[in-house]
Amino acid sequence: MQPTSLEQLEEEEAKDSFDVDVAVTNPEKVGDGMNAYMAYKVSTRSSLPMFRSKTFSVRRRFSDFLGLYEKLSVKQSLHGCIVPPPPEKSVVGMTKVKVGMDDPSSVEFVERRRAALERYIQRVVSHPSLLQDPDVREFLERDDLPRAVNTQALSGAGFLKMINKASDAVNKMTIKMNESDTWFEDKFQEVENEEQQLRKLHALVDSLVNHRKELCGNTAVFAKSMAMLGNSEDNTALSRALSQLAEVEDKMEQLHQEQAASDFFIFAELLADYIRLLGAVRGCFDQRMRAWQRWQEAQSTLQKKREAEAKLLWANKPEKLQQAKEEITEWEARVTQYERDFDRIGMTVRKEVLRFEKEKAKDFKSQIIKYLEAMLQSQQRLIKFWEAFLPEAKAIA
Amino acid sequence: MMQEGLDDGPDFLSEEDRGPRAVNVDLQTDATLQVDISDALSERDKVKFTVHTKSTLPNFKQNEFSVVRQHEEFIWLHDSFVENEDYAGYIIPPAPPRPDFDASREKLQKLGEGEGSMTKEEFTKMKQELEAEYLAIFKKTVAMHEVFLCRVAAHPVLRKDLNFHVFLEYNQDLSVRGKNKKEKLEDFFKNVVKSADGVLVAGVKDVDDFFEHEKTFLLEYHNRVKDASAKSDKMIRSHKSAADDINRIASSLYTLGTQDSTDLCKFFLKVSELFEKTRKIEARVAADEDLKLADLLKYYLRESQAAKDLLYRRSRALVDYENANKALDKARAKNRDVLQAETSQQLCCHKFEKISESAKQELIDFKTRRVAAFRKNLVELAELELKHAKGNLQLLQSCLGVLKGNT
Repeated sequence: MQPTSLEQLEEEEAKDSFDVDVAVTNPEKVGDGMNAYMAYKVSTRSSLPMFRSKTFSVRRRFSDFLGLYEKLSVKQSLHGCIVPPPPEKSVVGMTKVKVGMDDPSSVEFVERRRAALERYIQRVVSHPSLLQDPDVREFLERDDLPRAVNTQALSGAGFLKMINKASDAVNKMTIKMNESDTWFEDKFQEVENEEQQLRKLHALVDSLVNHRKELCGNTAVFAKSMAMLGNSEDNTALSRALSQLAEVEDKMEQLHQEQAASDFFIFAELLADYIRLLGAVRGCFDQRMRAWQRWQEAQSTLQKKREAEAKLLWANKPEKLQQAKEEITEWEARVTQYERDFDRIGMTVRKEVLRFEKEKAKDFKSQIIKYLEAMLQSQQRLIKFWEAFLPEAKAIA
Repeated sequence: MMQEGLDDGPDFLSEEDRGPRAVNVDLQTDATLQVDISDALSERDKVKFTVHTKSTLPNFKQNEFSVVRQHEEFIWLHDSFVENEDYAGYIIPPAPPRPDFDASREKLQKLGEGEGSMTKEEFTKMKQELEAEYLAIFKKTVAMHEVFLCRVAAHPVLRKDLNFHVFLEYNQDLSVRGKNKKEKLEDFFKNVVKSADGVLVAGVKDVDDFFEHEKTFLLEYHNRVKDASAKSDKMIRSHKSAADDINRIASSLYTLGTQDSTDLCKFFLKVSELFEKTRKIEARVAADEDLKLADLLKYYLRESQAAKDLLYRRSRALVDYENANKALDKARAKNRDVLQAETSQQLCCHKFEKISESAKQELIDFKTRRVAAFRKNLVELAELELKHAKGNLQLLQSCLGVLKGNT
């Protein structure tokens, strides 16, 4: 069975147009102490007839999102689908929130999670196959969702472990796959390289975020000391200019703060998302390998059954012979089925990867442009601050 | 390998760097005596400054001449002023700090050791950065040594000092070795005594309102400048670190961009190019803040200390005068050694009045200089910040134009 041509696959892609918008907002703490949790409002807006109305919302907690992922990955990844992974669990972050700390880092943690959950669910509903999945619809619509249990395995570390275990199984395969088409091998290598590159880049952006936060703190401290110096200065005009400088530095601190937030929420999180997503892509390649393995194993079983039948032809045991013939038929059917599964999964993987690459390009471009626009605004405000200061400096006499 | 390239190399001063660099001081350049550092050479563990003098004064054999001096010789000159009783009534221009390339050298060393673990492009880039840093430190130390000489040359009394003339003209090594351990220890104790004294003397209220005000002012000002100086350094260091991060991010994006020739890859290349340029500007911003703000504060930290030292000397002279008065009264009461006491009292009185008179003028001049220097540097700082921000803005605007146009 020949895979459909790439052009045909791309055409199918273009036909998919979406009209589903999901937002995750209003984090609210529910309960007290260690049993407390954050509930988020998940609002859907869509004109698709499959939903009960055009706009509706439900309340969901973090484990609900994880639970959705677990259900989807069990079903969909077997088909070679790239299931978007959810954000990671964080014991430390969540404990602080539970204990009721209102400090900036807790606030940041909640915002980070909210934004990540929103991107996660948006990616899920943008996927044509996943959107059709009843679990997704239930997640979006059902007012009271049964609590997801055992989401331990599917937290960040658990998820990665699962992917890596699959890879290990593949690597230990005794029968090496003979690719008739190098597309899969090449693409897999590309994905691995890119994941490595993104990890490197992410670490660098993380470092930038930290240095900017440091700069923020140091600028605030410097501004205060300049204000003090201005107070000491006994030349009136210079004293005023120094106080003005202190104010400019205060405003700079604000700018650095915003820039650090932009570095983190726009750039760093984009990279973190795609590192996880590339892991998911690797996962579906591995699923294809597993399918191939299943097919090969079935073929080898069939071969054994045939040999067994040949042996029985010599011995005179008609009932056993009949049984052997039945088994052969059964396994012949399985081999055919598994071959078809393997071809189908191959096609899906190709389609999925193409779609993923398009989405990725769109995502990166739009996010990086957003990031640069934030930088631009920052520079514009910087110019205003110094333009206001300059005449004050010139007025010193 | 790298060390040699930098150390015994030719001078680092480009054409634009020559000429008076007295950034932190607003001095009237006087045709009768002009001093500058026309050249400098960095060797393994020392810097050699070429001190160039132009003068119409009869004291010198020629009208224009140059000598080579090292840091220790500047310190010798400064210390000779401090130890000279005749100069007790002047603010002695603060000594330039010792050239310190240790940190920079260490970084270059580490880079050399880590050469194998990075790509050729990364290595070249880092080497260029570190060399630029070395050069910046070098230029700073030259500027600070020059400022010291210019201050001396501009001072109506100090410019006539014989040691100063020897320093400028004698074209052999002055053979002033650095202080040995014993001398350094003596200095340490002298300072300890001075601080204890300082507390004692500061307690004596001055009859003269001007000096009373100056004392209060300088004590507070000095502490606040010290604080501001330290905090500005920290702030600028963070700024440099952030610029370094952006540099590495640019390289990483470049690697991503060269994996393939897709649209996304071209996008990465464009953004990488932008970050390359933008971080150069950020590095310049940090460097300019360093020069115009941090260095300014550091300089006035040293000058305000020198002014405090002057006040201390005056206070000491006042205490001596008051003690001499008391001794004279006692002598008269006992009618013993009266003449001796009278002479002593007169000397103390004369010394105190002489110091007071010149100190007053010195402190007024200090204020004028300080205000002028701050004005100059703050204006230049603001202008540079604006220049760089506008540069950054333009880069971002043009890059965004291209990126959005292609999407």
